[in-house]
Amino acid sequence: MAELFTGLATGTTYALVGLGIALIFQVTGVINFAQGDFVAVGGLLFAVLREDGFDTPVAAVLSIVLSTAIGILTYALVILPARRAGHDRLMILTIGVSIVLQGAALLVFGADSHFAPPFGPGRPLRFAGITLPSQYAWCAGVTAVVMVLLWLFLTRTPTGTAMRASAMDPDAARLTGISPERMGLLVFALAAGLAAIAGTVLAPLQPPDATIGVALGLKGFTAAVIGGLVSPIGAVAGGLVIGLVETYATGYLSSEYKDTLTFGLLLMVLLIRPGGLVRRGAGVDRV
Amino acid sequence: MLRVEGLVAGYGAIEALHGVDLEVAGEETVALVGPNGAGKSTLFGVVSGLLRPWRGRVEFDGQDVTRWSAERRALAGLVLVPEGRRVFAGLSVEENLRLGAYRRARGRCVTDRATEVFDLFPRLLERRGQRAGTLSGGEQQMLAIGRALMGGPRLLLLDEPSLGLAPLAVREVADALARLIHGGVAVALVEQNAAVAFGLASRGYLLDRGEVVTSGPVEQLRDDKRVQAAYLGDTRG
Repeated sequence: MAELFTGLATGTTYALVGLGIALIFQVTGVINFAQGDFVAVGGLLFAVLREDGFDTPVAAVLSIVLSTAIGILTYALVILPARRAGHDRLMILTIGVSIVLQGAALLVFGADSHFAPPFGPGRPLRFAGITLPSQYAWCAGVTAVVMVLLWLFLTRTPTGTAMRASAMDPDAARLTGISPERMGLLVFALAAGLAAIAGTVLAPLQPPDATIGVALGLKGFTAAVIGGLVSPIGAVAGGLVIGLVETYATGYLSSEYKDTLTFGLLLMVLLIRPGGLVRRGAGVDRV
Repeated sequence: MLRVEGLVAGYGAIEALHGVDLEVAGEETVALVGPNGAGKSTLFGVVSGLLRPWRGRVEFDGQDVTRWSAERRALAGLVLVPEGRRVFAGLSVEENLRLGAYRRARGRCVTDRATEVFDLFPRLLERRGQRAGTLSGGEQQMLAIGRALMGGPRLLLLDEPSLGLAPLAVREVADALARLIHGGVAVALVEQNAAVAFGLASRGYLLDRGEVVTSGPVEQLRDDKRVQAAYLGDTRG
């Protein structure tokens, strides 16, 4: 029972990472392997600011704003100049961005983990005979709110609708005055912001260091692939599945197996549904 | 309104337009006719900005727009309704229309323009909540034209508006276009259906193998042997 809740709660952070990867893929056609490093940098910024004595809300906002700026720079300096290169090469460029971000994080924050206290008072939650650290509730709550806001943005605002249109047919979007490049910039900013939120809520549970990005990115990628890469809802479901697999693996086997199982899941999905990787077009409309 | 000079363009190594000159005045309707592969759609691609020309110049409203992006041209009022309609299939009719006014109109203005579009195409009003992908071909064409109108275009480029439509839908679309033209929107159109093309346009160009063969008032073009041959698929006759 306890595994169910911890699994779902950690799964929400993978869901946020997967959501970012799916959104970027939809709008730009690029698989962003730096997404996990956006999470790492966001989490590190938050933890370091907390260590420096900033309050949780201030540290969270600063971390999200700075990470969003990194997302914007990634698009403007790396993806945009090379956008005619083809999606496979752009993907390799994002691996380069991942390595650069990791190196920069090592230089700035050092190799050690940084610790952030939980958001609320330290009292654990008790219900139905189980006890959970309150941070898990923050994880789930923040993710739920962010997803509702994201859904409202995509379906209820002109810019969100334009983003979906641009994902469906970039040339037709141009003809209505939408710039797919602007939408690309926006989606990178959005994804980096989502990643920073994930890093921030996760920081009190798993103290971040400069190297956590790769594993997080792969788990987010697994989440997105489970959703076929075209569906934000699918990416969220995939994230929750991974959270559960990890928690049950840790509980019943050993924590050493949790990554193996997750990536085994990725291989399985890729073998059974390879179409999910290359198919593009149905649009972000399946929100 | 639109002036095209010495346009050379193509795909990869293949040159499709070999120096085309063309002009559309304000409140004028111009038809582009010619056999398949004459370069009509390529010309529209370059004029709309989706395709970069190799050489030559595109002038819109007295401004050199040759280096402008397609979205900038659309915002300036030079709007292409592309071949195959290209509506956003996963979005509703209303969302498609709203995108047509994206970054150009807000609030009341959008509602007013939508009213005009629904007036022109009452069927879109019936189907406003429906996904564009579920519409019939004729309705999708109406939506594509309606979407273009939402931005308040100064020049409308229509690429094959009747292609693939049922005869009844062709008439509906042609009637709506006639009303639009009567209302004073400048139009340039590429059209397979000679009756539709000459019924709507006042002037025309005959294109063949990437060059303008002849141009003039439709009364004159209609009787031109080369034009008649083009519609029968052979221009050497």
